[in-house]
Amino acid sequence: MRLGVLLATVAGLIAVAGCGEKAQVTVYKQGQYQGKPDKQPWDNAQFKNDKQGWEKAIKARAEGQNEYARVAAK
Amino acid sequence: MARMKFLADAERCIECNGCVTACKQEHEIPWGVNRRRVVTMNDGVPGEKSISVACMHCSDAPCMAVCPVDCFYKTSEGVVLHDKDLCIGCGYCFYACPFGAPQFPQDGAFGLRGKMDKCTFCAGGPETDFSDAEFRKYGRNRLAEGKLPACAEMCATKALLGGDGDVVADIYRHRVLTRGKGSEVWGWGTAYGAPQKPGAQPPGGKS
Repeated sequence: MRLGVLLATVAGLIAVAGCGEKAQVTVYKQGQYQGKPDKQPWDNAQFKNDKQGWEKAIKARAEGQNEYARVAAK
Repeated sequence: MARMKFLADAERCIECNGCVTACKQEHEIPWGVNRRRVVTMNDGVPGEKSISVACMHCSDAPCMAVCPVDCFYKTSEGVVLHDKDLCIGCGYCFYACPFGAPQFPQDGAFGLRGKMDKCTFCAGGPETDFSDAEFRKYGRNRLAEGKLPACAEMCATKALLGGDGDVVADIYRHRVLTRGKGSEVWGWGTAYGAPQKPGAQPPGGKS
């Protein structure tokens, strides 16, 4: 009797063993990015999620490319 | 929100290849892969013109449209990036790109194509910022450091401008008005002429 229950339990477990397995193939959905998510450039240890600070830094760098303004400032 | 763009000024480029070298050095790009290159038209003829070419991070990027595995995404700053873990190296993006930007390193025997590599606008990729994995796969993440692409910042004559489209366009407008010629911007219409499309974006991530 006990052996029968044990065997039935084991057989049941074997039968559902594959159910918990995750799909190992990427399912592609047209027009939808399938990769890893990425963070915002200001979301790091340097800018500490300070979006305005990051934008200010980038703007200063971009405006620094204008040598007319750089020469006039001197 | 900044909308990142490149602007190549053919009137100023002196074909020094400083941008190419800066890119190679910054990201430790292997042999055979050129994320940026300088193209000269009418080379050797008086009046020759050179331009620096790389991924322009198009408004409506054709590479994103043709990718069969949808490994491309666009950040909220308009930078077109891709996930190398998904890329299968099929080369469709290379055929679609009007700038010839996608590069394929040789990977293994018989000239087997590796995963696509291209300019990231120095914005890294979908790995933890400043991590070894990010640097190895995509190169340095200068944008997250508050810096602009190395090629544009290194350009001696400022022929190559990079950054927020409005700021870059303002600089160029001032330049054209001052010199009184050369208002044509190579590749600008091709890259940014189409209306901005959101494109595929990561869920809960960059925009």
